[in-house]
Amino acid sequence: MEFCGSHTAAILKYGIRQLLPAGVEMLSGPGCPVCVTDQADIDRAIALAKVPGVILCTFGDMLKVPGTYSSLQQARAEGCDVCMVYSTLDALDIARANPDKPVVFLGVGFETTAPTIAASIAQAKQQQIKNYSVFSLAKLCPPVMKALLDGGEIKIDGIICPGHVSTIIGSKPYEFIPREYGVACVVAGFEPVDILMAVDQLLVQLGNGRPRVEIAYGRTVSPEGNVRAQELLAEVFEPQTARWRGVGEVGGSGYRIRDRYKEFDTERLFDIKTGPAKEPAGCRCGDVLRGVIRPTACPLFGHACTPERPVGPCMVSGEGACASYYLFGESDGR
Amino acid sequence: MEDRVLMAHGSGGKLSHELVNRCFVGKLRNEWLARLDDSAVLECQGRLAFTTDSYVVTPIFFPGGDIGRLAVCGTVNDLSMSGAVPLYLSLAFIIEEGSDISDLEHVVDSIQRTAQEASVCIVTGDTKVVQRGKADKLFVNTAGIGRIPQGVNVSGSNVRPGDAVILSGTVGDHGMTIMAQREGLRFSGDLVSDCAPLNGLVAEMLQVCPDIHGMRDPTRGGVATTLNEIASQSRVGIIVNDVAVPVRPPVSAMCELLGLDPLYIANEGKLLAFVPTDRADVLLEVMRRHKYGKDAAIIGQVTSEHAGRVTLRTMLGTSRILAMLSGDILPRIC
Amino acid sequence: MCVAVPALILSLNGIEAEVDIEGVRRKTSIYLTPEAKVGDYVLMHAGFAIKVIDLQEARETIALLKEINAAG
Repeated sequence: MEFCGSHTAAILKYGIRQLLPAGVEMLSGPGCPVCVTDQADIDRAIALAKVPGVILCTFGDMLKVPGTYSSLQQARAEGCDVCMVYSTLDALDIARANPDKPVVFLGVGFETTAPTIAASIAQAKQQQIKNYSVFSLAKLCPPVMKALLDGGEIKIDGIICPGHVSTIIGSKPYEFIPREYGVACVVAGFEPVDILMAVDQLLVQLGNGRPRVEIAYGRTVSPEGNVRAQELLAEVFEPQTARWRGVGEVGGSGYRIRDRYKEFDTERLFDIKTGPAKEPAGCRCGDVLRGVIRPTACPLFGHACTPERPVGPCMVSGEGACASYYLFGESDGR
Repeated sequence: MEDRVLMAHGSGGKLSHELVNRCFVGKLRNEWLARLDDSAVLECQGRLAFTTDSYVVTPIFFPGGDIGRLAVCGTVNDLSMSGAVPLYLSLAFIIEEGSDISDLEHVVDSIQRTAQEASVCIVTGDTKVVQRGKADKLFVNTAGIGRIPQGVNVSGSNVRPGDAVILSGTVGDHGMTIMAQREGLRFSGDLVSDCAPLNGLVAEMLQVCPDIHGMRDPTRGGVATTLNEIASQSRVGIIVNDVAVPVRPPVSAMCELLGLDPLYIANEGKLLAFVPTDRADVLLEVMRRHKYGKDAAIIGQVTSEHAGRVTLRTMLGTSRILAMLSGDILPRIC
Repeated sequence: MCVAVPALILSLNGIEAEVDIEGVRRKTSIYLTPEAKVGDYVLMHAGFAIKVIDLQEARETIALLKEINAAG
């Protein structure tokens, strides 16, 4: 199983499945930070955008994700100030340029992105930018990997560990996986050769019955990771329980802004009210995210749910498994 | 005269005439505009090709061109794709109140230069002014007429199994140049629009191969979308070799940075030609000698299997579907 | 997940770097990789350098890629 949307996309884009030996099956796990954002959180983000005077800054990925009632793109079309940014630093610049308006950054991402969010909070404090806050929805990967392994819905033999998340956290956080579950782990890069190498190394590990954590992306991943980024994360955030679409609540998998930075925490500054969150009828994003079904098994796939008219986030997101399956035509009968 | 466009400039009165004379007639000199009749009267024999397009690009000036050059090239190229020799263009401007008149003048200068390069005449035109906020600085519409020489039968429905697919040069240049300028992404560098009139190139191609079956310029939606259109129209299958598609390194880098695929990005100075396979090499030679075809390459072939479908052969030798563009192209970081 | 790309540091001004990715330029923060120097390749994500790239390992991967391309 791979736990990274970019790996899912690369596997499909390069037709890696066609090169696999018989008996090897690849499944996609919850590796898309957009797809795993809980519906209620999306609704709250849209509600924030609708607060008069608020400038909501977001990465492009989140613009089209459908909430229960609307989307950020729709809110923008209705006149809300929703601003797409490439970097949290751009959001800080916007806060500096608009001192009378609250600027909220929609902090979605995994451990690759979380340090950039932390950096913006730390810099906002240093530079005394008083109108910047972060709606912290970033998540951690190892806890959800544990949750899936504990859930036992699927027998996983090997895991392709996320490449860029591991650049930050290193490979050590995965060591519990071979130790407690006997599952082989390889951290992989994103070129086709990287993925092929990772599959090969996983098969070798399984072949000689000694599962461990290996790094096949040595050019950017070390066992310790980026220590400075980890220190910054610990300085600004503390772990909390977070809700993952399709998986439910996972302990220690969310980033809560610490008290010392509370003036930058959107949730403490705003009282965000929304109607009840409701996932769309028939949507099986949750099952897709846990690898229980392939996207093609969802009854909505390709008919009611397409990239032009997505029902759930797995189809909207550029890294969602459903979008990748649709775009690259993984046959499974199609 | 004023330096900004006023509503009065669109009212048909004295100010309108001043604007038309200063910005248009004075620059686009020819016998029809000199007469300023309500219609241009033209003499034409044989089969005519007729096309129209509107241009709403933002920003109106970008590396490699501007909205004016784009307008002329877009219409000239549409005519050329039917095998027609472009002759006459109409030009209509919808101008936002408050626009800089010198900007208008620069755009028309560019139109004049491009029309001269393409040997076409702007024979009739119109200007309207709308209130501030109702048009994004300037919208341009052009229509064009061209004459199709005897014996030329180029159509998207004419493409046959066995045809070679030739692409006249690098992909993604225009779309990524525009994207880098917009949306506050803050990238700069060696990105230049490929905006160019292709009728000269097409004329040379038809000379060595009057039997070109199909041609199309891959504008919005990119090469992938255009190939799908042709596959559908002609009811054929198309196989594309990923490694054969020429891409400039900065375009490739920009696409990687934003999580995009160059095959879906707009081009404004490229064409796809579907030609009898035994003429492909000679065509390639002729194209590569032309300034707008120097990176021409055979990127695939047309087959009778899987009619309506476009398949991509990856660098690994595996195959997957190359779907039509779905939805918007939004940059992503996740 | 996270779209990140190798970039070359052309110049540094405090923690702000000007990087080049095959002809594309952008300002990038080295706040997360303060040890980065001019001439280093860094992995760039969302406007930040998140790791300095190990060139020896990169060369080995490029060599492998070339081998595959030659065989394919």
